Amino acid sequence: MTDVHIVGAGIHPFGRTADMSGLDQGVFAVREALADAGVEWSDMQFAFGGSSAAGNADAALPRLGLTGVQFINISNGCATGGSSLLSGYWAIKSGEFDLGVVLGFDKHPRGAFNADPEASGLPLWYGETGMMLTTQFFAMKIRRYMDLYGISETSLGRVAVKAFENASHTPHAWRREPVGLQVVMSSDMVSDPLTKYMFCSPAEGGVALILASDKKMRELGLSGPKVRGAAVRTRPRGSFEVFSPSLDVERGVAPTVLASKAAYEMAGVGPDDISVAQIQDTESGAEIMHMAENGFCADGEQERMLAEGVTNLDGRLPINTDGGCLACGEPVGASGLRQVYENVQQLRGRAEGRQVADAKLGYSQVYGAPGLSAVAILEA
Amino acid sequence: MSVAVAEGVFVERADGARLIAGRRKADGEMRFPMPRGPDAALYDPVELAPEGKLWSYTVQRFRPKTPPYIGADDEKTFKPFAVGYVEFAGQVIVEGRILVEDPSTLKIGLPMKVAIEGFPTSTRGEVATYAFRPA
Repeated sequence: MTDVHIVGAGIHPFGRTADMSGLDQGVFAVREALADAGVEWSDMQFAFGGSSAAGNADAALPRLGLTGVQFINISNGCATGGSSLLSGYWAIKSGEFDLGVVLGFDKHPRGAFNADPEASGLPLWYGETGMMLTTQFFAMKIRRYMDLYGISETSLGRVAVKAFENASHTPHAWRREPVGLQVVMSSDMVSDPLTKYMFCSPAEGGVALILASDKKMRELGLSGPKVRGAAVRTRPRGSFEVFSPSLDVERGVAPTVLASKAAYEMAGVGPDDISVAQIQDTESGAEIMHMAENGFCADGEQERMLAEGVTNLDGRLPINTDGGCLACGEPVGASGLRQVYENVQQLRGRAEGRQVADAKLGYSQVYGAPGLSAVAILEA
Repeated sequence: MSVAVAEGVFVERADGARLIAGRRKADGEMRFPMPRGPDAALYDPVELAPEGKLWSYTVQRFRPKTPPYIGADDEKTFKPFAVGYVEFAGQVIVEGRILVEDPSTLKIGLPMKVAIEGFPTSTRGEVATYAFRPA
């Protein structure tokens, strides 16, 4: 039975780089990953990659080498990176290939993401009258969750404080200045109850990972974390997704719950076995809700966990150790792979300044519109 | 009377406005608005109750991007507005703008009724759209 390992990882720092296109940043990350693994572009047997706003990922081919390699562009919203990883995983797991690359990059203009109602199958008036905003969705989802399960505004603030604190130890993060709780809580409200510091911003960045079969890895004298489980799932009936003019009265679970369960089952581990986790934090509330959706706690426990620092770098379950989307920004094509990159660094003991002691199992989860979640579990 | 923002979204009755949802003939699944185009044949139009309960809400604090927003305001004149979901018992949960003087008075579970809002736009004059108001 073939195992899949991540034997190389590269990243272009996230944030804003004026003189580099999204594609430049993706190419940078691939070259860094290849160097990290000590392999050449011509060794790559497959490539999967995606970008939301910086052009087709396969536009990188003339820059990297016109070898005729199989390249498939991946497009799954913010879950593109996680979906690219899953595609590479299957390619090797199937026995068809034993060495390849997955990449993701993006470069978004400033400000909120633009939305086109008709492109999403929605009536034009939904956007015309000011309802088609992802910020509103996140605010309403966390508002209800807070009301049902007793989560306070302070908890939202704590997540943001943790993000910027962790980012201050992370070379690839964007917003690397620690921000105090008071400042977070009293900053401008964007969409109640979420303030400016509680939201990620569209940004730039690129990540690439080299995947190998265990056999190929040994043949090349390489090493790297094993992919124990990887799953993508989409929304079931009754889930609360972005851009929904209506919802079923009978509520269902989020796609993350399904992807999480599937990945744990594949990996043969449970939430208590996880050493470090990178979970979608589009805004503070998302990190809180995802803690429960990924099985790390019961609904409502997040309040106590955040107050006690359980998810801090020195806590029992460090979450978003590189500052997450809040501090790294959100280049859609790259974020899912940034999460995996950070877990790779943690599991290899290369997360200097933010290293989680004895990291054995790393968990990542990324969620994208219109309701898709990608989870990966890595073993050191 | 301003033109409705779109056809088939709401209807005005003597005792107030009603939203028009669609019930899928095959399995009873409810959707708002009533689907148009090819999907319409699969649904029966259903008028929702005049009142429901607030399911969740937020306040939009910055002017949404144009396109698609067509509000007749600009960065300087924009006024924050509330948006939320209202649950119509046994039917469906619908998203809409909320008309309220003080958004801090909103609470999940608050009884809300359907209203018609005259929405000033920059491209179509004032249009009549649906909204929710504390009952």
